[in-house]
Amino acid sequence: MTASSETSTQGEAGQKIRVLIAKPGLDGHDRGAKIVARALRDGGCEVIYTGIRQTPQMIAEAALQEDVDVVGLSILSGAHLELFPRIVEELTSRGLDDVILFCGGIIPEEDTEALEAMGFSAIFRPGTNTQEIVSFVYDNAHSE
Amino acid sequence: MTDLIERFFAGERRALSRILTRVENGTPEGRSYLRQLYPSSGRAHTVGVTGSAGSGKSSLTGALAAELRKRGHQVGIIAVDPSSPFTQGAILGDRIRMQDLVLDPGVFVRSMASRGALGGLAPTIDDVVAVMDAFGFPYVFIETVGAGQDEVEIAGTALTTVLVNNPGTGDDIQALKAGIIEIADVLVVNKADRPGADVLVSQLRALLSLAPSEGREVPILSTVATTGDGVSDLVDAIDEHREWLDKSGELDRHRQQEARHQILSVAQRILLERVRRETPEESLSELITQVAGRALDPHTAAEQLVERGGLV
Ligand code: B12
Ligand SMILES: Nc1nc2c(ncn2[C@@H]2O[C@H](COP(=O)(O)OP(=O)(O)OP(=O)(O)O)[C@@H](O)[C@H]2O)c(=O)[nH]1
Ligand SMILES: [Mg+2]
Repeated sequence: MTASSETSTQGEAGQKIRVLIAKPGLDGHDRGAKIVARALRDGGCEVIYTGIRQTPQMIAEAALQEDVDVVGLSILSGAHLELFPRIVEELTSRGLDDVILFCGGIIPEEDTEALEAMGFSAIFRPGTNTQEIVSFVYDNAHSE
Repeated sequence: MTDLIERFFAGERRALSRILTRVENGTPEGRSYLRQLYPSSGRAHTVGVTGSAGSGKSSLTGALAAELRKRGHQVGIIAVDPSSPFTQGAILGDRIRMQDLVLDPGVFVRSMASRGALGGLAPTIDDVVAVMDAFGFPYVFIETVGAGQDEVEIAGTALTTVLVNNPGTGDDIQALKAGIIEIADVLVVNKADRPGADVLVSQLRALLSLAPSEGREVPILSTVATTGDGVSDLVDAIDEHREWLDKSGELDRHRQQEARHQILSVAQRILLERVRRETPEESLSELITQVAGRALDPHTAAEQLVERGGLV
């Protein structure tokens, strides 16, 4: 691949998919989140990575300020059923009920239904090929 | 559509955010918003924060915003990170250093990818700054991508340019000689908690004494962005530069120059888009083949392109 020189022309109207990758709670496992962020960048998305230790309010506020199309949560601590509903609530209260939500990490199969009911469109567990994650984003996000 | 602009002027952050996206993308809708809000811009003190990668630009911008909040001002921040030239994707990570501000309703942080622009900023940066400005932030900070020597666009975009340096990096001074120091209105030695800060300050002072002064001495300040040390003085220096701009008449000159630059660069883009639109893909490939095969030189090919595009 060679760098496209066309992109260096000023102001080409680009419409990029913007994705927020966030790690809620005190969970410090950030390898997966970083790998997913990099895979999405390599897939052509603009990825806002907030780092670890995010409260539900911080995640929703970042999603608002960055006007993202997709919010991806990474969690390996087991606190998803406690934290995710609060994140959804904070997003909704800011009028962000149209963002696409998905998540990954250590999430037991039996929680799938509850998360889907909350509005999560997909759950990716350990061992997922990142290409699958990129395809999911392109199939579901409509950037404006 | 008008609804969004009404909500923008009513101070709704979600409307600001959505308008920023459309303006950044340069969509027709975005251009219409820009037209409507542009007359309300021009009030903010726009401050550029530039310097090499990892020098502490984001940390310092966060610390500056925190200090301005203490003084009762609202702050808008635009942080630019590089896009990959291969995939056009980007990881925008400047927010990580601004965590303390996230829940402050008086601060708005927006990350932007450089989208192929050279010069350390992004193609539509000036439009995006105008949106933040029109929203009513009295201060708008613009963090550039990690800048080397040629990334000097920020001096046109911002009224005040802060150049961040670090002690102990050695090659810094080398880079400064090459030119970026000329765009600095305020020099900062950040990471002053590290050894060598004093040496760097005196080296910078010596360098400055060689440069032609424009009736104003460029201040050099030491900061520790991670603790906030020296940040209050830095805010004062930034404010003083703005006062100097007002008093000296430089403000007007800056605005005129910036307006000229913007008009011409948009005109350039429009012309290029028109050529692209008017040129059938086959004639472009034909020219490409000829130039690649050295049958034609790029200048002659470009002239032919413009002629065929019906522009001359
Ligand atoms: C490496 C590791 C650590 C490292 C973390 C280093 C780091 N900076 O990330 C260290 C040693 C620090 C660590 C510490 C701890 N760990 Co640990 N750790 C692991 C381990 C072995 C691998 C995790 C990993 O990095 N995998 C590689 C990445 C690439 O995979 P991934 O995160 O799963 O991501 C993939 C998918 O899940 C998905 N994905 C993930 N996030 C997202 C997000 C989105 C949006 C999408 C779309 C997809 C997606 O895509 C990725 C690519 O396929 C796991 C066990 C395991 N097999 O998972 C335990 C594990 C996660 N740890 C565990 C525990 C208990 C701990 C500690 C509490 C241990 C302790 N008692 O001290 C501490 C807590 C630290 C903290 N502050 O949170 C438990 C969690 C148990 C639970 N949830 O019920 C696990 C499951 C081990 C176990 N079987 O008990 N750990
Ligand atoms: N010791 C010390 N570390 C600092 C200081 N300021 C920033 N840092 C650290 O330097 C690293 C880089 O800081 P950033 O603020 O991300 O630097 P940046 O210039 O924005 O980096 P890029 O945007 O990637 O070019 C982080 O680990 C900061 O914690 C400081 O004054 N002292
Ligand atoms: Mg930064």
